[in-house]
Amino acid sequence: MNSASAPVTDVADMADVTDVADTVTPAGADAAPEITAGYNFAYLDEQTKRMIRRSLLKAVAIPGYQVPFGSREMPLPYGWGTGGIQVTAAIIGQHDTLKVIDQGSDETTNAVNIRRFFARTAGVKTTQRTAEATLIQSRHRVPERPLTEKQIMVYQVPMPEPLFRLEPRVSECRKLHALADYGLISVKLYEDIVRHGSIATTYDYPVIVNNRYLSSPSPIPKFDNPKLNMNPALQLFGAGRERRLYAIPPYTPVKSLDFDDHPFDIERWPHACALCGSRDSFLDEVIVDDAGGRMFVCSDSDYCGEQRAAQESATATAGQQTAAAGQERP
Amino acid sequence: MMEPLLKVRQLSKRYGSRIGCENVSFDMYPGEVLCVVGESGSGKSTLLNTLALRTPADAGSLQYATTQGDWLDLLTLSEPRRRMLMRTEWGFVEQNPRDGLRAAVSAGANIGEPLMAVGARHYGQIRDTAAQWMDRVELDTARIDELPAAFSGGMQQRLQIARNLVTNPRLVFMDEPTAGLDVSVQARLLDLLRTLTSQLHLSALVVTHDIGVARLLAHRLMVMQHGQVVEAGLTDQVLDDPQHPYTQLLVSSVLPV
Repeated sequence: MNSASAPVTDVADMADVTDVADTVTPAGADAAPEITAGYNFAYLDEQTKRMIRRSLLKAVAIPGYQVPFGSREMPLPYGWGTGGIQVTAAIIGQHDTLKVIDQGSDETTNAVNIRRFFARTAGVKTTQRTAEATLIQSRHRVPERPLTEKQIMVYQVPMPEPLFRLEPRVSECRKLHALADYGLISVKLYEDIVRHGSIATTYDYPVIVNNRYLSSPSPIPKFDNPKLNMNPALQLFGAGRERRLYAIPPYTPVKSLDFDDHPFDIERWPHACALCGSRDSFLDEVIVDDAGGRMFVCSDSDYCGEQRAAQESATATAGQQTAAAGQERP
Repeated sequence: MMEPLLKVRQLSKRYGSRIGCENVSFDMYPGEVLCVVGESGSGKSTLLNTLALRTPADAGSLQYATTQGDWLDLLTLSEPRRRMLMRTEWGFVEQNPRDGLRAAVSAGANIGEPLMAVGARHYGQIRDTAAQWMDRVELDTARIDELPAAFSGGMQQRLQIARNLVTNPRLVFMDEPTAGLDVSVQARLLDLLRTLTSQLHLSALVVTHDIGVARLLAHRLMVMQHGQVVEAGLTDQVLDDPQHPYTQLLVSSVLPV
């Protein structure tokens, strides 16, 4: 990642950035939008960004600990990613390439809007390819393609407090975190088994970060929980309405809670993806007609596309080889 | 001579200029049931809450003998130690079972919660222990997955007792455990408490305004009035030969059947 961004202050710099934006990778479906004049680089003012960075430093220093920060009013409603967008704004640099995921897809409203927001206010390159991105803001999913040390994940978090609904008092929650007093969350899992026969929590599955802090992994499916563990990328979590930031630094152990006789397990499907045939990605069920027709496709649109491209090129190569073999035949 | 479990000396608690309880001193021994009786507003509950470290004391000393045999100064105990103590060696039975139970989770989870809080991570074992305890407090083990609201008042109180005893505590505080129950249920609960305290060699400090409960349950009795202990002694001795005028009034005002 490019280190803390240099603010774009004068018109000459702006023009440079516009040039960069013009050369947006063709993989990005959006046409490079014009930079909107009159905003500071990445929308937030520099003091706000410094404040968020200070909180982020603390969050990284204490993995999983919820750091309060002065959440700002953003030009989108709470629940649409105000926390994630502020974290992204605070750490994005001119040379970053941004990818935004919403429910695994790059083409849904929220993803398109947030991507365009940063293209307009920061003039950064945007992409839909996980491999090309240096900064990935996400809601609900971790990309299927393994992340690298050069990437940062930013998660949009609606409710950062995993003890929410179990302990209504915020002061008491903080005390429980301070004393690592996490019996309550086991009670929740116990109730799950009582009522459903297994731990029925399938998203926002509570984790212990760095063997210390109980954290909410944001509403990602539990399928993605193992990806948080020892991930080479820096993972930042922002909750705008609740005004909390937390982080999972690179290569930090993250353990999903469970019982000895009911171990943690991820979802599995009897199907393969109807488009790319993948059997090890998270599948969405799509209803295709009004007669009960349905198909299962990869939730990660970029991963699905990559798989199909790889298959096509393999077929094409195979075809060429067959053709070549045919020509060689006397 | 047996060592006491809890040493209370000159314990005082004030609410501004009003007295909560003043200069209370006593020793509590392992396996002993001590009842505190007195009228409403006499400082019984204040004393109980101060002893259970729920409200901070203003003066005096409070010492507790740990299982290792060393004395712990409870008034200067750190928060984590206090919580650990409450969870492993102490119990607190609330007057209203709704305060002591978690309404949104099943009976089994309520009994199992203290176990999970001290690190039990095996669902089957937690459940078995919960079922055993339901059996011991005479609840139907088939109802282990029902919510507390599905149980009657007396059953909820027994559920709360099971939840408190599951970690095998040495000292249990009870705040009017039989108040609000009808007489037959009360008798059954008292019987159960007597059995459990003797079986488990449990020390219990019971606050009650009911002299009958005190006579059945307690080995020793303390009578409180205006925040002061006015008389203390063996239960039968105090009730059969009350010395203090207030105790005499209290004993004589019990309705004969």
